[in-house]
Amino acid sequence: MPASSRASRLTLRAVALGYLAALLAIPVAMVFYRTFEHGVGSAIAAVTTPAAQHAFWMTLTMVAIAVPLNTIFGIATALALVRGRWRGRTVVAALVDLPFAVSPIVVGLALVLVYGNTGWIGGWLADNGVRVIFSTPGMVLATIFVSLPFVVHEVVPVLREIGVEQEDAARTLGASRAQAFWRVTLPAIRWGVAYGVILTTARALGEFGAIAVVSGRIEGRTETMTLFVEQRFQSFDLSGAYAASVVLALLALAVIGSMTLLDRRKED
Amino acid sequence: MSVRAEALRVPRRRARSRPRRGRGVAPAVAGALATAYLSLVVLLPLAAVVAASTSGGAAAFWQAISGPQAFAALRFTVLVSLAVVVVNVVTGTLIAWVLVRDEFPGKALVNALVDLPFALPTIVAGLVLLALYGPNGPAPVDIGFTRAGVALALLFVTLPFVVRSVQPVLMELDREMEEAATSLGARPRTVFVRVVLPNLVPAIAAGAGLAFARALGEFGSVVLISGNIPFKTEVASVFIFGQIESDNRAAAAAVSVALLALSFGLLLFVSAIATRGRRRAG
Repeated sequence: MPASSRASRLTLRAVALGYLAALLAIPVAMVFYRTFEHGVGSAIAAVTTPAAQHAFWMTLTMVAIAVPLNTIFGIATALALVRGRWRGRTVVAALVDLPFAVSPIVVGLALVLVYGNTGWIGGWLADNGVRVIFSTPGMVLATIFVSLPFVVHEVVPVLREIGVEQEDAARTLGASRAQAFWRVTLPAIRWGVAYGVILTTARALGEFGAIAVVSGRIEGRTETMTLFVEQRFQSFDLSGAYAASVVLALLALAVIGSMTLLDRRKED
Repeated sequence: MSVRAEALRVPRRRARSRPRRGRGVAPAVAGALATAYLSLVVLLPLAAVVAASTSGGAAAFWQAISGPQAFAALRFTVLVSLAVVVVNVVTGTLIAWVLVRDEFPGKALVNALVDLPFALPTIVAGLVLLALYGPNGPAPVDIGFTRAGVALALLFVTLPFVVRSVQPVLMELDREMEEAATSLGARPRTVFVRVVLPNLVPAIAAGAGLAFARALGEFGSVVLISGNIPFKTEVASVFIFGQIESDNRAAAAAVSVALLALSFGLLLFVSAIATRGRRRAG
């Protein structure tokens, strides 16, 4: 290899890695350093206050409701889009990506306009004792909205790829529709589903803007982890904000780790 | 004739009549469920935004988005997003190139790191940038309350789009063309610009479109850094948030619709590129 091409390769590598270090790696490392510079004990104390614990459980609640619903919806939609020939299919195919194009703040506003007290159906819901906005149901709706397309996105290409031969064979050999789905289709798309579930979880854990609008940010009641980070920062409790950020960053790293593992599985 | 052959015969007859009706009713039922779910969670609320934006008539809508503060926020949002996308096109293509064509220890780790902005909550992204580049950070700069800070936050959250769009195309690219060009005397730069780059353009455009749409609506990573100074660092999403907080929903809805129109247009552009790419590949 000529010397000049070797030099240019090293230059490109240095620029790319330098950019990633300056933008991602060093800032994230800095937050870890700031969190633990006064010892692990103070960091743990900052994330085990009652407000922090409550925020953590709120976040888990969002994930526990939104992720299963979006997974079921995602698989059903992907099947309907790839295998179906129903009217409105192309419209739904175009609209399913819509949440990716909507600002989280607009999501929040949209939900308030429908489910708020003066909203389209919020008034009727309130009369029947159901409070959506400034309460958990609204936050769940916001989480579902922003993380909705991921499973569809991951499963559609896999369904296209596997085709229908195996399902047809199973049906031909007498399997019922349900059996064909559970024993043939689902195992074939499982890595796509898993990948989609991981992305959905990450998005659900991290949602901020939409939840900030619909939750009313009531400390100890409707505050999730991300809202807790912002609230600590605004009240000049930097160590509290850093410590809670580290918890979220560790969850993010876990997400990336499982995505990498899945990639390897898929290649096998 | 065995029993098995007998079992084969019946479904085959049914299969013949099936193609015209698709694959039976199950996908249609799933489709109806999907449509209902999508309508309740996504479409109905978005329709409410559009309705609220025009509740005072077209003149009120126009007044809301052309008011000095709203217009300044929208203009800054579009310009800073555009700048961020231009940077992303260069750095994203570069990072994808290094990840595909270069070999170095720790490459798998770097590859995984690229996904970090997708996994990290946006509020944390803003906070980590402030921890290093903010007023109390060790770096000799202060991005707090500046436009550069807003741009940096957007660069952080949009980083993976172009990389992840270009990377697979680069991996599948046939290297014989490049080798032929080189053997005919083309210099590396010429090979890249004339042979490699034309193949990457659709992927770069698709990634750039997605990054643009994301940057237009971004809120969490920007909110701590920008300080929300009207006419300076206030982006559209932050402006909308302020209007919601002060109960000015019609104005919030009007700017939301402007933002929606922009990002939805971008999404259509991206899907048009994808369809064209699939058609060419197929």
